[in-house]
Order: sequence, then C-alpha cells, then structure tokens
Amino acid sequence: MDITRTATAGTLESSDIQVTLAPGGDGIDIDLTSDVIKQFGEQIKATITSVLKDYGITSAKVKAVDKGALDIVIKARTVAAVQRALDIVEQPKWEVL
Amino acid sequence: MAENGEKLRRTMMFVPGNNPAMIKDAGIYGADSIMFDLEDGVSLDQKDAARYLVYEALTNIDYGKAELVVRINGDDTPFYENDIKAMVKAGVEVIRLPKVESAEMMYRLEQKVEAAERQFGRPVGSTKLMAALESAEGVLHAEEIAKSSDRMIGIALSAEDYTTDMKTHRYPDGQELLFARNMVVHAARAAKIAAFDTVFSNMNDPEGFYRETRLIHQLGFDGKSLINPRQIEMVNEVFTPTHDEISNAQNVMAAIKKAKAQGSGVISMNGKMVDRPVALRAERVMKLAKAAHIIDEEGNYLGK
Repeated sequence: MDITRTATAGTLESSDIQVTLAPGGDGIDIDLTSDVIKQFGEQIKATITSVLKDYGITSAKVKAVDKGALDIVIKARTVAAVQRALDIVEQPKWEVL
Repeated sequence: MAENGEKLRRTMMFVPGNNPAMIKDAGIYGADSIMFDLEDGVSLDQKDAARYLVYEALTNIDYGKAELVVRINGDDTPFYENDIKAMVKAGVEVIRLPKVESAEMMYRLEQKVEAAERQFGRPVGSTKLMAALESAEGVLHAEEIAKSSDRMIGIALSAEDYTTDMKTHRYPDGQELLFARNMVVHAARAAKIAAFDTVFSNMNDPEGFYRETRLIHQLGFDGKSLINPRQIEMVNEVFTPTHDEISNAQNVMAAIKKAKAQGSGVISMNGKMVDRPVALRAERVMKLAKAAHIIDEEGNYLGK
C-alpha cells in the first residue's frame, strides 16, 4: 500500500513524539530527532517501521521528532499518522491495534 | 445493575486523552477511578490520535487497582462509534457516555458495545457503563437512566453544561445544584449503583472545594470527579471516618463476629439489637478506614 499524502500526528510536548509521513522514497526512510537517539534511536525506528509494515506500507519518508515518548506512544502516534496518510481515519484498520 | 459490591469510588480523576505525559503518570496519584477523556478534553482534529493513545495505554500500562473508565464522545458526534469499538477492543472496564438524556440512549450504547464485544472476541457483558447527566432532561430522567442496563455502575452529574441549560451558573453555596444532586444520588441508590458528583475547577479555592466535598459526602454520594491530582487527597480526607466512627464500627463488627461464633441470628451490642443498616454502615466505615490506611488488615486502629 502506498501513501498518497502527507500526514502528521503527535505534538512536540514532553513525553510525546511527532510523526510525519510523506509519499516517496525507496523503502522506508526515517529521519529521527531525539535527545536519546544514542540509547533508543534504533528501537524508536523499529517501532515506527513495524507499524508501517502492519499497514503494508513498503515505502515512505518519515520524519520523527521524539520528546521522550514511551514505546506505546510511538506506536499510537504512528498509527494515527498512517491512518491519516491513507485517508482511513473513519474506517480504521482494527487488526493493527 | 452491574455487580457493584461496595467498591470504593471516592475519586474519579479526569485525564485528557491526547496527553502522553499525563496518561503515563495517571496511576501514581492513588485515584480510585481514572477517567481517560476522549470528549471535551480533546480538540476536534485530534479525536483519532487520542483514541489510539488511550488504546495503547489501556492495553500496556499497569494502573494498579484503579478502575479504568473512558469518556467517549456523545452519540450525536461522528466519533461515537469508533470510540466504542476502540475502547471495547482495548478491554476498558467502564465506558462513560456524556450528555445522557434518556434510557433510550443507554440502550443504543449497550447494543453498540455488545456488537463490539462480539466483533473483537471480548466476553459479552464485560464492558460496564456509566452515564453523565448534563441537562434538565437528563436529570429528570435520572432514575430510568440509572436502571437502563445491567452493565450500569454509576451516574454522574456534570454541572457546567447543566447550569448553562438551567439558565444559571455555579455559585459558591451550590444551591443551584441541590435538586440535581438529590436526583442523581436518589436514582443511584434506587438502582444500587454509584453516584458521582461534578468537578470543582477553581484550584485557587481549596476552602470552596472542601465545602462542596463535605456537602456531597453528607448527601450520600460515593465520590467526586476531579480534574487535578492534588484534589484526591482532599476528597479522601473528607471521606475518611473519624476515630469515633471507627470505634463504633469496630464494636459492631465484633458483635457480628460474636453472634456468628455463637450461631446466633440476632446480633446485639451493649444490650441493643444491631440491625442490617447499622451493620452495612459499619462495613462501609471499615472499608473507608482501610482505604485511608488508618486501620490495619485486622481492623485495628493505627491513628492518622
């Protein structure tokens, strides 16, 4: 499944992460900003990638600005961003949750 | 009505559904119930995001003994059905419907909840319900709403909308809410479910907060909705029994124990018969005292 439009979810407040998805790229390309990138960078990227895979998305440009989000917050924000990018906010893909 | 036992519901703390920091920390304040808000506490363009955030919190975070409640969006909004599905799938304990005006609204909610339980393989009947009354219409129908479903665990008064509907506003003495509060507490008692009072939003008026909490405690409410964790301790303080009340309850419990040991159906204390309401009240006092950690597991007084 391909992303056809740009969408964002999440905020820049503490404990949150802002995830922006845009069409394009070859594969999944994640540009991550985080104070804890050394310790948790790979884990954050893995969580985002896993959600994208659950939606069958194989290529997308992702910009993520992390403010110390828990893994579950990263997942929730990515889910919201994907559903917005795929324009399925009203008919969510329940099995991904 | 839902299996209620005598669960303590002194404090129901509101947590905005789209705020990760507050959701993460919601369990540490010792609220009896935590109410994640998908309704007024979330802006219209973030309803979907809040829904997934609360979903993830409910399915992953350990909130200890707190009862977990979600306030969904009203049945006149486009968010209603997906809120129900997501929260039922998450296995939330209680769904709170805002702006309830009739039993009919609760019947419709129950049907949707049951359909979602079947869709997501949850046990039918496992999701409990509660209603918030926020208008004259809702308050006048308090009894039928309270008795609308076996899933009901409580009804709550929501005073901001209610006072607006009544063409008044909130006053320090609370006279404008007296009828509504009495309706809510009577309906809840008749239905054997919990009664929750409205929020008190002026954090700079602790005296007013105590006055209001003492009033609703006197009226017989189970507890109060709260917007700030600092208010939890204040409510618990008002609901904590006095030393005299505890001594009396201890005597009643001892008399019950003695009567049981003697195989006697009649319980007597100081030569007087202890009847059922007295015994029930003593049990509740002991439960409140235990929750406030001023008696130990055996019921011995530890002091404040």
